[in-house]
Amino acid sequence: MDYSQFLYMKEELSLIAVIVIIFVADLFVSPDAHKKDGKVHLNTLLPVILMAIHTLINLVPGTAADAFGGMYHYLPMMTIVKSVLNVGTIIVFLLAHEWLAREDTFIKQGEFYVLTLSTLLGMYFMISAGHFLMFFIGLETASVPMAALVAFDKYRHHSAEAGAKYILTALFSSGLLLYGISLIYGTVGTLYFEDIPAGITGNPMQIMAFVFFFVGMGFKISLVPFHLWTADVYQGAPTAVTSFLSVISKGSAAFVLMAVLIKVFAPMVAQWQEVLYWVIIASITIANLFAIRQQNLKRFMAFSAISQAGYIMLGVIGGSAQGMTALVYYVLVYMVANLGVFTVIAIVEQRSGKIEMDDYNGLYLTNPKLAFLMTLALFSLAGIPPFAGFFSKFFIFMAAFQSGFHLLVFIALVNTVISLYYYLLIVKAMYINKNETPIAAFKSDAYSKASMILCLAGIIAIGIASIIYETIDKFSFGM
Amino acid sequence: MNFLSLFVLVPLLMLAGLWMSKGIKAIRGVMVTGSTILLGLAIALTCMYLNERGAGNTAEMLFRADTMWYAPLHIAYSVGVDGISVAMLLLSAIIVFTGTFASWQMKLQTKEYFLWFTLLSMGVFGFFICVDLFTMFMFYEIALIPMYLLIGVWGSGRKEYAAMKLTLMLMGGSAFLLVGILGIYFGSGATTMNLLEIAKLHNIPFAQQCIWFPLTFLGFGVLGALFPFHTWSPDGHASAPTAVSMLHAGVLMKLGGYGCFRIAMYLMPDAAKELSWIFLILTGISVVYGAFSACVQTDLKYINAYSSVSHCGLVLFAILMMNQTASTGAVLQMLSHGLMTALFFALIGMIYGRTHTRDVRELGGLMKIMPFLSVCYVIAGLANLGLPGLSGFVAEMTIFVGSFQNFDAFHRTMTILATTSIVITAVYILRLVGKILYGNPVNEEHLKLTDATWDERFAVICLIVCVAGLGIAPFWISHMIGDSVLPVVSQLIR
Repeated sequence: MDYSQFLYMKEELSLIAVIVIIFVADLFVSPDAHKKDGKVHLNTLLPVILMAIHTLINLVPGTAADAFGGMYHYLPMMTIVKSVLNVGTIIVFLLAHEWLAREDTFIKQGEFYVLTLSTLLGMYFMISAGHFLMFFIGLETASVPMAALVAFDKYRHHSAEAGAKYILTALFSSGLLLYGISLIYGTVGTLYFEDIPAGITGNPMQIMAFVFFFVGMGFKISLVPFHLWTADVYQGAPTAVTSFLSVISKGSAAFVLMAVLIKVFAPMVAQWQEVLYWVIIASITIANLFAIRQQNLKRFMAFSAISQAGYIMLGVIGGSAQGMTALVYYVLVYMVANLGVFTVIAIVEQRSGKIEMDDYNGLYLTNPKLAFLMTLALFSLAGIPPFAGFFSKFFIFMAAFQSGFHLLVFIALVNTVISLYYYLLIVKAMYINKNETPIAAFKSDAYSKASMILCLAGIIAIGIASIIYETIDKFSFGM
Repeated sequence: MNFLSLFVLVPLLMLAGLWMSKGIKAIRGVMVTGSTILLGLAIALTCMYLNERGAGNTAEMLFRADTMWYAPLHIAYSVGVDGISVAMLLLSAIIVFTGTFASWQMKLQTKEYFLWFTLLSMGVFGFFICVDLFTMFMFYEIALIPMYLLIGVWGSGRKEYAAMKLTLMLMGGSAFLLVGILGIYFGSGATTMNLLEIAKLHNIPFAQQCIWFPLTFLGFGVLGALFPFHTWSPDGHASAPTAVSMLHAGVLMKLGGYGCFRIAMYLMPDAAKELSWIFLILTGISVVYGAFSACVQTDLKYINAYSSVSHCGLVLFAILMMNQTASTGAVLQMLSHGLMTALFFALIGMIYGRTHTRDVRELGGLMKIMPFLSVCYVIAGLANLGLPGLSGFVAEMTIFVGSFQNFDAFHRTMTILATTSIVITAVYILRLVGKILYGNPVNEEHLKLTDATWDERFAVICLIVCVAGLGIAPFWISHMIGDSVLPVVSQLIR
């Protein structure tokens, strides 16, 4: 056996190293729950530094390669996507610090990091898969630890409930997906991505296979009509986990869907475009209408995330290289903006226990910096220039428009106005509404600050610095 | 770096300065310095532009510069100005300058107020200097969103409703616009978003033009208060704080007319010719309906807002007449309306600040109480109804002369109908002046009020000088504009 093949997997290997180091470190320095001296031993610094190193050494894309007979398929684009996910994970670690420092969670810190990174590892394998089994293993590796993370605050009724909901829907969707894969195997006789397209003719069996596969992915990305678990799970899960779920899990699944559609289902492009067309319209519109009525901010962000997923799919639908660039760029921008919002939600929830929109009334007067970051992040989500969200929305619309989906772009644009309405509701709450008992002024800790600064820098710089888009564009591929 | 980029750079520096400044003195200092520099820049630009033209430079746009931004998408930061944009930049600089003084007394969260105010003006300046579709659209949106907070936080009356309505309607307009812009870009098959290049190519298929032209025109038309999408304007203006009303009616609404002319008509002349009758009818309704609505309002700001609908309707009306005289008149009308509406809103703000009412029925005899403000109000009113010697006359005269040059019955009828707005304007302005300025004071409390302070006088006098200047010596600017509308008009009559 040629062991040098392992080198193609250097990203996965270095992530495994990070996981092992944290795991071992956790064994040695884990505080004895009975003799707690009040200090946080394995603090956030170690995972953040390790992840930063891991991100940096894997930043430069290599050359395309196959390993293990095509089971593992590497393309330079994947390094870009993985780096995006890494940055997101670092921000999630930073914003989780305050929550993890709490009495009941701080003995479980190590578990949080290991589980999160295992999920990330699963996503890595899913992204780089060259074979449906590899893909499925990656998907499951990403899903199962996620359920444990959702139920992390197991003494909280909501969290446990959300965990159960998540694992059940995840299993159900995996089942459907697996069924789709088996149908493909039945009609084509292979599971290698490279060999499948030759056998795809678009016969009814294959269409059925595609539909099952798509439904399974639709659950992961939480597209309408497969979104029903989202709001409950987002609300119940600890805020840091919700933020991870809403950006990293979603972003990776969206990219993987696009890659598989391009690589495997290319001969069936007419069929999957038709399906995506309606799913996009439904996701954007229905989620927007539901978001207007939400009071709980985490539920609100859940519906906002569903509609954003619809926008992300606009990059997929054309199947073009430009669409892929727009998609990855959109995911990056969406990630910093969404994590910005979640940082504020998390810190406010930790300090005051408040999570309803009315509680945010008058936040600007007591905590202007938090309110300011939140405003910019919401503006970015709504696509207001000069923030990055404007650029990502423009580019993704441009990609879909170029592929000829004029009406779809128009519907999506009308929906941005609706989304602007509900994002402005929060801005209105913070700046305009009066409050008798506003959230008291407080100072956030260094980790939350770091997370805020990273998000803020991202929101402002990613749009203006065109180099990021151009770098992504260099490596993207289409049909 | 190009000279024109200073118009974006200075507001950016002002934002940074405001961010760091502490205390009201520092904030005012930054604002006054910044807006004076901007005004100076605008005047210098006008002189340089006239010099350059005088020296025989006949390029369509002067001071052009391109910086590639998003190379894979052919998006560049391209700047350049012609007579129209120079006029608009001058107008914007004057309004920002006087608006700063008009909000001198702002007490509540001054820093944030000026931050959003400056961001808004940055968007406006950026829009007028750019010739690239993407950057123009970006600056257009930058100019829109601060309105929400400016009205929502610092406004009066039904401010939350008005702010939300205004933002959503204008953003809805920009959704139309974005589709239109993408349509233009892909329809022309151009490898650039530079609108001069796209106009030169002139190869958007006619069938596509007929889809993208109405979308683009409507998108900008919403901001230009095109009937039936004008409803945000009265509510928005009535609820906004003084300087924001000034900037909004004075400059922001001009983005609509400018965009319709520069993007919709310039790039899609064939569809413009084919479909102009629909929009002519709509703008005709705007002109007459706005004027009639102003007659029955009782709130000073509403009167002015509806009068703005009427006058801005005239701008769109004129550009749809598609000849050089009418288009020149349209740009003159933008200038004139910008100046006199700003003057009006400034005066209303000052009167409201003293009497705490804008209801016409509760005001009277102000001439005795605050003579300075009242005299200025009369001047603004006379400019509004088109008295010769003031700016309104020059603009409306040019528009109607130009419109009448179209020989067919439809255009002539529309012109005659639109001219009636002059009479209706006279009705509401004169009634208003008679009611609130002359006669006896309605409220005894008002007798104790004082006249304008120095900062208010300064802002008002600046505007009056401009209004009168434009009225007395219009030719240098109308020549400058007239030469610059020619490339667009020649596309239209080709």
